[in-house]
Amino acid sequence: MAIPDRHGRFGPYGGRYVPETLMPALLELEEAYQRTRKDKGFQAELKHYLKEYVGRPTPLYFAQRLTKRLGGAKIYLKREDLCHTGAHKINNAIGQALLARRMKKPRLIAETGAGQHGVATATVAAMFGLECEIYMGTEDMQRQALNVFRMRLLGSKVTGVDAGSRTLKDAISEAMRDWTTNVRTTHYVLGSVLGAHPYPMMIRDFQAVIGREARKQILAAEGRLPDCLIACVGGGSNAMGLFHAFVPDKKVRMVGVEAAGLGVESGKHAARFAGGRPGVLQGTMTYLLQDENGQVNLTHSVSAGLDYAAVGPEHSYYKETDRAEYTWATDDEALAAFDLLAREEGIMPALESAHAIAEVIKCAPRMKKNQILVVNLSGRGDKDVQQVARIKGVTL
Amino acid sequence: MDEREGYIDMNRLDQTFSSLKAKGEKALITYIMAGDPSLHETEQLVLELERAGADIIELGVPFSDPIADGPVIQQAAERGLQSGTSLRRILEAVTRLRASTQIPIVLMAYYNNIHAFGEADFCGKAAEAGVDGLIVPDMPPDEAEPLRKPAAAAGLHLIFLLAPTSTASRRAYVAKESGGFVYYVSITGITGAKLNDIAGVRENVAKIRKHTKTPVAVGFGVATPEDAARVAEAADGVIVGSAIVRRVGEHGQDGRLVQEVGSFVRSLKAAMQPA
Repeated sequence: MAIPDRHGRFGPYGGRYVPETLMPALLELEEAYQRTRKDKGFQAELKHYLKEYVGRPTPLYFAQRLTKRLGGAKIYLKREDLCHTGAHKINNAIGQALLARRMKKPRLIAETGAGQHGVATATVAAMFGLECEIYMGTEDMQRQALNVFRMRLLGSKVTGVDAGSRTLKDAISEAMRDWTTNVRTTHYVLGSVLGAHPYPMMIRDFQAVIGREARKQILAAEGRLPDCLIACVGGGSNAMGLFHAFVPDKKVRMVGVEAAGLGVESGKHAARFAGGRPGVLQGTMTYLLQDENGQVNLTHSVSAGLDYAAVGPEHSYYKETDRAEYTWATDDEALAAFDLLAREEGIMPALESAHAIAEVIKCAPRMKKNQILVVNLSGRGDKDVQQVARIKGVTL
Repeated sequence: MDEREGYIDMNRLDQTFSSLKAKGEKALITYIMAGDPSLHETEQLVLELERAGADIIELGVPFSDPIADGPVIQQAAERGLQSGTSLRRILEAVTRLRASTQIPIVLMAYYNNIHAFGEADFCGKAAEAGVDGLIVPDMPPDEAEPLRKPAAAAGLHLIFLLAPTSTASRRAYVAKESGGFVYYVSITGITGAKLNDIAGVRENVAKIRKHTKTPVAVGFGVATPEDAARVAEAADGVIVGSAIVRRVGEHGQDGRLVQEVGSFVRSLKAAMQPA
């Protein structure tokens, strides 16, 4: 059975929990998306931009020194960090911008946490000549000042959100309010496999190119499928993008890594599967960090892109059906992984992706040398250098 | 079915709309955030709103992430949460209020608060406390299945919303699903934005009425006695939220809270009286 069903359900998760004002827009978007996904012209256009503008296919790189250092499974990195703008986010931003153009919506809005999705959206808006406004929590603006400036250089308006935890969650709420107000002229480019139907499905489809390429590449390199896939999970779009093509390959383990912040026991984390239970936030039913009254908890992670109280509904479904496993890495583990990858491979991962590397450090040594790990290196760490310096107490 | 209709007949909302209709008047529906600045003051405010001429009370349930609300109500929700307000404590306040008033009370709660409580348990306890209807702004009728049966069994109306963006098929669907009244959102936007298209409101209310005999009330953006008067001509009820909540925010700490809110609501009611 294909998921989601026509109500946008992945088992009990997903759905469309939005104010009525947005229902017609979501129905229109779903219809437009269903039409265009089958449209050969659209697919050709998307393929063109992914190749010529984003730089796809991205390499599947055998990390020889890291493999040797950890002494276990062979480690392959899917190099989404080499995409234009430095992360996988642009795969989705291009797809949605092309769709917005076909829907004749001249204005794009987006939320951003780490700033990568904001930069990707600002970039495609510039390239297609669309007006663009990005919502970002003021806490995240501080953590990711460089990306704020990048978005402004690209001609986008960046609007700080000074409500709640002043992070990704609040930026999404504000973007939804903007969309509610300007829905006739505006397309909301949601950045992860979150929110109301059809977003989780559509964004998964736009990101699934990652796994389709990786599957072909590993078959070419090794002549067989990998034993395990690893990706970090904030909303979960890079993980879903890698996993999707492998879902029918039952022998391939899929592992999502959430942000454990200062530790799951500390309460200061964003490990939804470790500390949450199903609930509804921002349009979708999914695992959610919440108190006993259903108020959404504040989250913490060194990585702005993982610092979110809910997770994409399809991940909740894979968790419940045991198709994927979910684990976590703390801030400290992610920072150690950042250092290790930089020194062993000359690659600085985004702090988000460093959570996936942290899991590799734990599990590769326990695996046999003929086993294969494919890790989604979803973004590059340039944006995090200032923050890492700050954490290390280095003045630049 | 008979049993359900029996319950619904006794609902205070239906009684209020039919007795107003008999008098040729429109319902003034006033919204305040429960627990802003405290539940004790909420109870005093409800009684004052009734004295000032409100016909129906809408009590907001503070939620951490209110996506349908503008800054005024967001801040009220933050104050409500700070004062320790929960759905359970709001139901206790409604129970206490029922000792002194029979004014219809509708709760406006985001779905996650109800889901965390447990849908069936919540509907039973809400009806028992004296709640008459529920507005769940992030739960369109398409997603309302978990609430339908428990609400009907408890005799609670599920009130759904329509918007200027609603298509003809949405209007037909939502109008039929909505009980107590249909909540027409007068603007394409969030609570507290400015109302400027009264002709559009009139036109859309007329379109909604083709699908249902349920009263239609208009909210979002009704801020002044003049707005209230114009909307009252077009609809069966006028909902005022942010304009009242703003006054609660301004006077929550200065001892003039009840008096200020009361006099504003009196001015709304006066403007809505038929000529």
